[in-house]
Amino acid sequence: MMARNRVICRAVDVTKRYWRGKVAVDALRGVSLEIKSNDYVSIMGVSGSGKSTLIHILSCLDTPTSGEYYLEDKLVSNYTDEELARVRNTFFGFVFQSFSLLPRLTALDNVALPLIYAGTKKQDRILRAQEILEKIGLGDRMSHRPNEMSGGECQRVAIGRALVNNPRVIFADEPTGNLDSKTGAEIMEILDRLVDEGNTVVMVTHDSSLAAHAKKTVKLKDGMIEND
Amino acid sequence: MISILGKIALSLQTFRSHRLRSFLTTLGIIIGVTTVIAILSLIEGLNRTVAEQVQALGSDLIYIQKFTWISTGHRDLDKLAERPDLVPADAEAINQLSSVEIAVPTISRQLSNLRYRDEEISNVSVAGSNENYSYVNNYLVESGRDFTRDDITHRRSLGIIGSYVAANLFPDESPIGKDLMVEGHRIKIIGVFKEKGQFLGNSLDDFVLIPNTVFEKFFPRSRTSLFARVYGGYSIGVKPKTSDVEKTLDDIRELMRRRHGLGFDKEDDFELNTQQMLMDLYQNITRVGFIAIVAIAAISLVVGGIGIMNIMLVSVAERTREIGIRKAVGASNQYILSQFLTESIILALIGGIIGIGFGMLLAALISTVSPLKAAVSFWMVLLGFGFSAAVGIFFGIYPARRAAGLNPIEALRYE
Repeated sequence: MMARNRVICRAVDVTKRYWRGKVAVDALRGVSLEIKSNDYVSIMGVSGSGKSTLIHILSCLDTPTSGEYYLEDKLVSNYTDEELARVRNTFFGFVFQSFSLLPRLTALDNVALPLIYAGTKKQDRILRAQEILEKIGLGDRMSHRPNEMSGGECQRVAIGRALVNNPRVIFADEPTGNLDSKTGAEIMEILDRLVDEGNTVVMVTHDSSLAAHAKKTVKLKDGMIEND
Repeated sequence: MISILGKIALSLQTFRSHRLRSFLTTLGIIIGVTTVIAILSLIEGLNRTVAEQVQALGSDLIYIQKFTWISTGHRDLDKLAERPDLVPADAEAINQLSSVEIAVPTISRQLSNLRYRDEEISNVSVAGSNENYSYVNNYLVESGRDFTRDDITHRRSLGIIGSYVAANLFPDESPIGKDLMVEGHRIKIIGVFKEKGQFLGNSLDDFVLIPNTVFEKFFPRSRTSLFARVYGGYSIGVKPKTSDVEKTLDDIRELMRRRHGLGFDKEDDFELNTQQMLMDLYQNITRVGFIAIVAIAAISLVVGGIGIMNIMLVSVAERTREIGIRKAVGASNQYILSQFLTESIILALIGGIIGIGFGMLLAALISTVSPLKAAVSFWMVLLGFGFSAAVGIFFGIYPARRAAGLNPIEALRYE
């Protein structure tokens, strides 16, 4: 895997302002943050603290209003939409609160989805997705569609999808928010294990017991980091 | 980049999950293309039939007459009636032109009565001409003999009948040598023409040909009605020697003007008619129909296209979350754009293919229940394809751009 402690993501004085009608909302007001290889970071904060906005900018789903954002020392905060799509595809994996699987696709096809946009050959896509599904214990669910699986299984498929392209960073936005506590604990176990295996995980949560899994916690309040 | 096949597969998958909706969406295109293919193939079939018939008639003939076949606007019959009659001597003179192979004078009357013993048929025409008539007009004497020069000059009361007359008056016996009553005048049948079929719905076989000298004796020229004065006289059929019909036309015009003593400042007092003029007129008429059809089809294709645009916009809205997910995991705007564009093009093309099939079927059906003959050409199929693909692109680009432009975060939040 990658050398430890190498800086992957570096945000420098990032702000984000968006408009709700005619009212300006400053979701982030100068956030600086580094994520190193094999980090396990949790971003905490109450609703409206800017934690979702931060993870969107870190994961290149959004761009900052001002400030700089570097990925492996490359400035990406001025990238075009097309370049950002490429970055998301090759650098990051995503786990969302609501699973966000494509309902008409099987577990296998959902996991393989990012590889389509990476231009991987169909044969290799299937092999890679099978390998991942076996690894996260869904080897017997490959041809199931999301509505044929439990919430925990769906979230594991989503984790599989996040892993399929060997991402530098896995972003998890409230990954247990839609699950009961037992299933949530299973998902947290998987995330813990991924970090043990050398992966980098950034997780957004408002639950301090979940945040305790992480090695590092970033607390956000009113768009700024409280302490580090 | 991702293969086009993958996008097509995904599109087909989408249509499968919305079968009825997809079908209804393409209905406009189906109806449009069906109309175009059916009507174009019927027009094409009609064109071919007419072209074949004109060919059979001998399309290079020039007819010198008092009146033009193709008049634009009002015909001043009084003026036409004052023009000098054309006479067999004109044909003789034209025969001497180096650019003319042969010229033959013909005079005829319609709606005549023929009787053989107790059998009688009416509504046939009687033509008076000479021994060159059959050659110039592409008739073949099937049995018996043609006229000779002597038959004409000696005013022999002989006749050659068309196959329709032969079949109706002499169903069980040979007409050769029989006496036929033509409007009360007796002639002896010496030959039968081979069947020639029809031209623009008129039979070419329901007539009897007699020497023009005999015709003049039997049916003296009536000058009582304006109509008879204009249409009753001789017309001269000319077969040009070379393929340069224009030269022949010029030669004839010059000769006729001289024979009629027309000065420089006088207009022609005769008309030169060609079958090519008829063909041109006919093609002009069908071209107008053609353009009208294309215009109607274009309207229905626009309606169909709007249907496609509408359903694609619905599809984009429905699949906003899907678009968000795809974008989050790395689908570029370009990819989303081409995915939705592929869908609308395929929708339109499926409509086009069904329309081409239905159109051919409809044309075939009309062919079997009516005398119209349909002919589907490859270019019509291409046109159908091209039209529907163009509709798919034109009306698909806006929804596709809308899908591609979606903000991934908002799309992911969309419920």
